[in-house]
Amino acid sequence: MAIAIALIVLAVGSVAFFLVSPWHLTPLASNWGTIDLTISISFWVTGFVFLAVSLFMAVALIRYRYNAQRRSHYEPENKKLEAWLTGLTTLGVAALLAPGLFVWGDFVSVPEDAQEVEVVGQQWHWSYRFPGEDGALGRTQVGLVGKDNPFGIDPNDPDGQDDILIQSPRVMLPVDRPVRLTLRSNDVIHNFMVAAFRAKMDVVPGQASFFWFTPTRTGEYEAVCAELCGIAHFAMRGKVQVVEQATFDEWLADQPTFAELAQRPPGDPEAGAEQFAVCVTCHGAQGQGQQATNAPRLAGLDSDYLKRQLKNFRSGARGEHEADRFGQQMRPFAVSLDDAQAIRDLAAYIETLPVEPTPPTIVGDAERGKRLYRTCASCHGARGQGRHAFNAPRLAGMNDWYLVRQLQHFREGIRGRHPEDLYGNQMVDMAQILVDDAALRDVTAYIRTLSEAPALADAARQSAEE
Amino acid sequence: MGEREYDASYQAPPAEVGEMELVHPRTFIGKYIWSQDAKVIAVQYMLTATAIGLVALVLSLVMRLQLGFPNTFSLIDPAEYLQSVSMHGMIMVVYLLTAFFLGGFGNYLIPLMCGARDMVFPYLNMLSYWFYLASVLILAAGFFVPGGASGAGWTLYPPQAISEGTPGVDGGIITMLVSLIVFIAGFTMGGLNYVATVLQARTRGMTLMRLPLTVWGIFMATVLALLAFPALFVACLMLLFDRLLGTSFFLPEMLGMTQEMAREGGSPILFQHLFWFFGHPEVYIVALPAFGIVSDLIATHARKNIFGYRMMVWALIMIGVLSFVVWAHHMFVSGMNPYFGFLFATTTLIIAVPTAIKVYNWVLTLWRGNIHFTLPMLFAIGFLFTFLNGGLSGLFLGNVTVDVPLSDTYFVVGHFHMVMAVAPILVVFGAIYHWYPKITGRMLDETLGKIHFWVTFLGTYLIYYPMHFIGLEGVPRRYYAYGETTFISESVQTLNAVITVAALVVAAAQLLFLFNLVWSYYRGREAGPNPWHATTLEWQTADTPPPHGNFGKELPVVYRWPYDYSVPGVKQDFIPQNVPPQAVEREP
Repeated sequence: MAIAIALIVLAVGSVAFFLVSPWHLTPLASNWGTIDLTISISFWVTGFVFLAVSLFMAVALIRYRYNAQRRSHYEPENKKLEAWLTGLTTLGVAALLAPGLFVWGDFVSVPEDAQEVEVVGQQWHWSYRFPGEDGALGRTQVGLVGKDNPFGIDPNDPDGQDDILIQSPRVMLPVDRPVRLTLRSNDVIHNFMVAAFRAKMDVVPGQASFFWFTPTRTGEYEAVCAELCGIAHFAMRGKVQVVEQATFDEWLADQPTFAELAQRPPGDPEAGAEQFAVCVTCHGAQGQGQQATNAPRLAGLDSDYLKRQLKNFRSGARGEHEADRFGQQMRPFAVSLDDAQAIRDLAAYIETLPVEPTPPTIVGDAERGKRLYRTCASCHGARGQGRHAFNAPRLAGMNDWYLVRQLQHFREGIRGRHPEDLYGNQMVDMAQILVDDAALRDVTAYIRTLSEAPALADAARQSAEE
Repeated sequence: MGEREYDASYQAPPAEVGEMELVHPRTFIGKYIWSQDAKVIAVQYMLTATAIGLVALVLSLVMRLQLGFPNTFSLIDPAEYLQSVSMHGMIMVVYLLTAFFLGGFGNYLIPLMCGARDMVFPYLNMLSYWFYLASVLILAAGFFVPGGASGAGWTLYPPQAISEGTPGVDGGIITMLVSLIVFIAGFTMGGLNYVATVLQARTRGMTLMRLPLTVWGIFMATVLALLAFPALFVACLMLLFDRLLGTSFFLPEMLGMTQEMAREGGSPILFQHLFWFFGHPEVYIVALPAFGIVSDLIATHARKNIFGYRMMVWALIMIGVLSFVVWAHHMFVSGMNPYFGFLFATTTLIIAVPTAIKVYNWVLTLWRGNIHFTLPMLFAIGFLFTFLNGGLSGLFLGNVTVDVPLSDTYFVVGHFHMVMAVAPILVVFGAIYHWYPKITGRMLDETLGKIHFWVTFLGTYLIYYPMHFIGLEGVPRRYYAYGETTFISESVQTLNAVITVAALVVAAAQLLFLFNLVWSYYRGREAGPNPWHATTLEWQTADTPPPHGNFGKELPVVYRWPYDYSVPGVKQDFIPQNVPPQAVEREP
């Protein structure tokens, strides 16, 4: 008896839960209303069968519960009933399948006028490529990927020269225009998923997969990776901003092409040396860092990281948070830099500075820190040397008090929460593993032990590889 | 087939198989360790599977603690989390469920229910268990190698499974692959045995259409496994070569490989095809024995013949055959040629028809029955309800269009746990409550069993049902933490905490069950030879527990199908399969 009542409560409760649950499909922002429709059909058909079968079962359990006076009915089979049930089930299944197949027919037919966008997945970030005026994307090869050619575009392919490169997890798409996403991976399998668009597809190395949709609502949508891709899978995020065509055109025109990137003058260390004069006051004459002024060592950081941070300080993506006192101090200096070229020069100069050891100031349990560091090692390298391909700066040899403060800022969202801080928001997710202040000190204590010399050797080998 | 159609002048055909010669060891070690008795081997399988299953249970709690209370436990880092995900899945699917159903119940029930003395190749059968034990130990060794167990997910997709950035790439993935290879070798020895025994060693009168559905289910599952596991075997071997020998079966040109060897030309999708060619039949390798067993539990405890026996047998066969042509529904968004979607969605939904027939027939068996709410019956009802739910959500995921937004979300997690984790495990429990009296001679404690049932049934429903809805919202699976994801509502975190608490309670109930197993072994009520008044041969043995060789001097002769319950005009409400028509006591 109890079991029959339990079944009735569960069956009715389940359907009620479907009706009142606070969790639904996210509001649709693409043309795939038909997918939502197939989901609704599935809910109604299966919901009906679920209720019918479970309630029938509950009635059977109540009516035919054990009674010493009664015997079961003896009926090995009933061909007619079985044929009816088979027939009805087949009809029900066909009713589910047919609309599904129709919509799938649309799903695999990309409209001719679709805007092509390439999405590149790489542990653990997204980047994008638009074809230039020729309307065609250049050939790519993973073997060509390197610091100066992050997309691995074949330099000999004329189609590739005008390709527009978006080295950022944020991308814009025009509203009400079909988009064909061509998906490519440089390492493992990822999956580009934006819940509000409904469509998604795996991003597989060695081949190009695709799907299409038409964004129908302007706004900002979060993209996540939906195929397990390693330790930082959960932190592999992107942003898709759906905007009016004019805004999109303006934005796209601002983005560099492959040819422009290649022609961009390299940073000039001599010009950078002049710029560096202002930095000396806080960061020290050799960029060695000074705790008294709360300024970290700069020497040893790679130029791309330096450029990104200077741009962040300049735009307010970093250092704007009210709790980031020292970041706020840094902002006016970054703003005073004339242009992108000035930033490049400065970064190039800092790369030439000698790398000196920093004094220890933090006491922590390096053994515990070693375990915590497992996670960090995936991007920053086992020896804390930093890995350019992961957009992860060097940690080994940095001022330990600075690392503790930054980790704390990341953990609390003081740094990295700004939407324009491209990889900082990833660090916010990752820093959550440091559950208490001791963990901050422990992991930093371990980073201290990653001795300078091997880290340098590693970094050198790696830059040679790249 | 039933009593009604029975011809009293029928003479059983002479034995087709000669009496088996059995090795009867005298020492303790010979009897219980290096045993060739299928029943002892069965218990060995069950105990080993339970032990490693408990490890997997603990791993699920590790995951739940992290998801329910993120940023609280510093021991659970992303690597630890992914390792728990992977080992939990692999252990539960292969080393617990497959081994328990086929190695455990298959070994115990096939010879007894077919009326055979033992499996036809007892030595091979023993070897099969020792291979299984070795595979479990190798798998568990993965926790202790440098870098720990593999964190590649139980699906082991390359390149991720063997590239840097995934936990366990140093050693864990190697132990995992080697363990699977050993497991499959061992399973093949056992599987050939089960098939040969069912086909060749049935006693006189036991025609195929008189086999209990339990045997049919296990038999079909074994056939599936013998055909499907080789695909996994080669996939594991090739992946191992890619990892150790520098081949590129599954590796295209890519960044970040540790080996300093050029890799190109391999196909990651090829692995997925091989994996799911195994992986989908694997679902039925677990489900078909459950289908079979639950049919017998329902018939016995509702005192009624199974409704539509022949249809049930054909449905099992149909499902088995179809299960080999649906694998790519796991790959709708894998980047394979999207036109495959049409074909595989269609085959997948067709498989729903025979499956639905089975559900109807179970429910119709209850209808006009005389239902005893014994523990096996409660678990069987729990199975029916859970399987109904999980089967219906499968219609979402099998329908290619509907799958697109739901794949890789918690909808999938909810679905497969309902359909191939909770539903089969409820049958395992029901079967243990049902056959424990035969295995040990004692009944399990009823009160403890009831608590175990209610907590497990309601608890697992509470855990998995709501997951479908957060999946609908788009919450992706295999995530260590959700941070601030704009499309995920804050209430999801509350739900995750609730689920974690439920999981802890359900896990505690399993300890109660283990306690019951041990306590009843010593203190349980004496069961007698046939406590459930069941018709099948295992309940008709002279001794309980049955000795090596199962039956007395003479093998039983079978005169009827296994579902002669409540036959009109017959005094008792059941007629055992080996009772000749002349001996049936009829009402005056």
